[in-house]
Amino acid sequence: MGILVGKDTRLVVQGITGREGSSHAEQMLEYGTNIVAGVTPGRGGQKFNDIVPIYDSVAEAVEQGGANTSIIFVPPPFAGDAIVEAAAAGIALVICITEGVPVIDAARAVRYIDALGGTCRLIGPNCPGVMTPGEARVGIMPSNIFRRGNVGVISRSGTLTYEVVDLITRAGMGVSTCTGVGGDPIIGTKFVEVLEMLANDDQTEKVLLIGEIGGEDEEVAAEYIKAHFKKPIFGFISGRSAPPGKRMGHAGAIISGGKGTPEAKVAAFEAAGVTVSDTLAEMVDRAKQLG
Amino acid sequence: MKLYEFQAKELFAQGGIPIPRGRMVTDPAAAAQAAAELGRCVVKAQAHAGGRGKAGFIKLANSPDEAKQYAAGMLGQTFKGFLINRLLIEEAVDIAAEYYLAITVDRASKSPILICSAKGGVDIEEVAESDPDAIVSQTVDVAYGPWDFELRDLAERAEIDPKAGRQFVDIASKLYDVFVRNDASLAEINPLMVLTDGKVIAADAKFDVDDNALFRHEELLGFKEEAEEDPIEAEAHRQGVTYVRLPGDIGIMGNGAGIVMGTLDMVTREGGAPANFCDIGGGASEETVRKCLSIVLMNPNVKGVLINVFGGITRGDAVAGGVLAAVKSLDVKVPIVVRMAGTRAEEGLKILEGSQLVPEANPVEAARRIIALAKGA
Repeated sequence: MGILVGKDTRLVVQGITGREGSSHAEQMLEYGTNIVAGVTPGRGGQKFNDIVPIYDSVAEAVEQGGANTSIIFVPPPFAGDAIVEAAAAGIALVICITEGVPVIDAARAVRYIDALGGTCRLIGPNCPGVMTPGEARVGIMPSNIFRRGNVGVISRSGTLTYEVVDLITRAGMGVSTCTGVGGDPIIGTKFVEVLEMLANDDQTEKVLLIGEIGGEDEEVAAEYIKAHFKKPIFGFISGRSAPPGKRMGHAGAIISGGKGTPEAKVAAFEAAGVTVSDTLAEMVDRAKQLG
Repeated sequence: MKLYEFQAKELFAQGGIPIPRGRMVTDPAAAAQAAAELGRCVVKAQAHAGGRGKAGFIKLANSPDEAKQYAAGMLGQTFKGFLINRLLIEEAVDIAAEYYLAITVDRASKSPILICSAKGGVDIEEVAESDPDAIVSQTVDVAYGPWDFELRDLAERAEIDPKAGRQFVDIASKLYDVFVRNDASLAEINPLMVLTDGKVIAADAKFDVDDNALFRHEELLGFKEEAEEDPIEAEAHRQGVTYVRLPGDIGIMGNGAGIVMGTLDMVTREGGAPANFCDIGGGASEETVRKCLSIVLMNPNVKGVLINVFGGITRGDAVAGGVLAAVKSLDVKVPIVVRMAGTRAEEGLKILEGSQLVPEANPVEAARRIIALAKGA
């Protein structure tokens, strides 16, 4: 089964004619993801790679193409609008890959989606997307490193996630669903919500959670895990060597005002019964030993 | 992007927030002249750091001569690593009370948040530590902005003097407008000052602009040129390279923020000290690697470089080719270890064998290798 994306996904790619959008649309198609539409305003009526119909708006992609999930590759100045356009058109899951979205735009888009009362979920922005191996790739994660299995992966990072997935595959295990929630200060879906979904997913037997410095999402996740999460869970915190006040690449990865320190996150994880490792290899080893 | 106090106050003034009369100067003579116009005044060194008062970088001058003397004493000095070359000369005011008011982005509620305290004029983090109940907050619905009743409630909870309540609501509301209009990530007034005549003003100002939104703020770019930056970071910025300078001696590069952060951790854990954070992004073409590597090598402290690449969509062998070509074209004098994992990593590492680059598959080993090589071992 996996979560969020799978065989039922009917995907519309917003920004399908752009450089990133077209390259990843091709790779997603190659993986077998059911892409039913692309959207580029002004390019309606054309086809992408001779097969995917392109529409001028997401509303048309929903009405005529039956899209239920959207992935966004449009440039940062237009990403906030693209998210809301998808939500307004009735898309149930919006995954925004775009990096560099102004935080107030993200806040407004999230506010719009929240007001819909639970009919739409946003993942990202600034995320690598979601991958359910063997079913659907909705994102930019390299397909060939994935094998289907029982490990749920959640992460704020992209490349670090690929590294973990690669280790999982090499260790002879596989992934149920890998979710990159995004590295920005304001994101649509946080760790806890993904954990809730993984808790209810039959395919997922254990979870690897990759957190990083900045914010308090790890601490919030730890509280949830302690109270509700029954499956074995392994944690890792990235950015442990980062000096306070310096932003480490991800807009959200910054220790400020004494908040978001790695020590607090590791302590919270450990108090919640999460097995915390110092390296990714160690984390994967421990997950494997569990059988 | 951090603004100086005088720049932030310019934005406040544009937004109708009352500030003291003042003028930015860059030499003692101009300070004296400003003092002659303003009367009794405060000389404030401009720096992107707090705690100026305690360190003697804010001084009350009773005459133009004193202002000149204080200005001469501050200009050219270093405060918390910042060279002081600008001063704000402001009229002195008579203080009745000092409050704290700020707006920032709250990750938990996914919205802007107003933070307020009646205990202003001191380091707010100390207040948060010693008297957390003295700090109150109010999240803002971005669809509407703060409502006046929410601001009145905020003032009441913070125990702001009711006589200043009306002005407080007006200033908080305007501060939110300035925050949103300029795409801020932080707008802080500390202290928000009540004067003996009852007037409320923004006596200090701190303002950070969301870097992601600078594309729509051409008018703020002038401020940017004036902001102090590490020269290597400035050059990286010009070339579009994500680079953060750090105090150590091992240059770090990788293809993605997460993997670079992970590499910094690894090197630190093994006893080394990273000299920078540098994200070469996806793809890692020869040109990109060359651009990033030359920035990393601008730092004279760098005694070795660790390049950590994950072959994902871009294959390891293609990345190895790019790295090799880039290094050859740069005449690099320090040792470089390349660690590679992922798609076609084995093939990539094979390409590097026999070159001046040290290939390594295991990340921990790679960290140990570069630390040893940097020591000249």
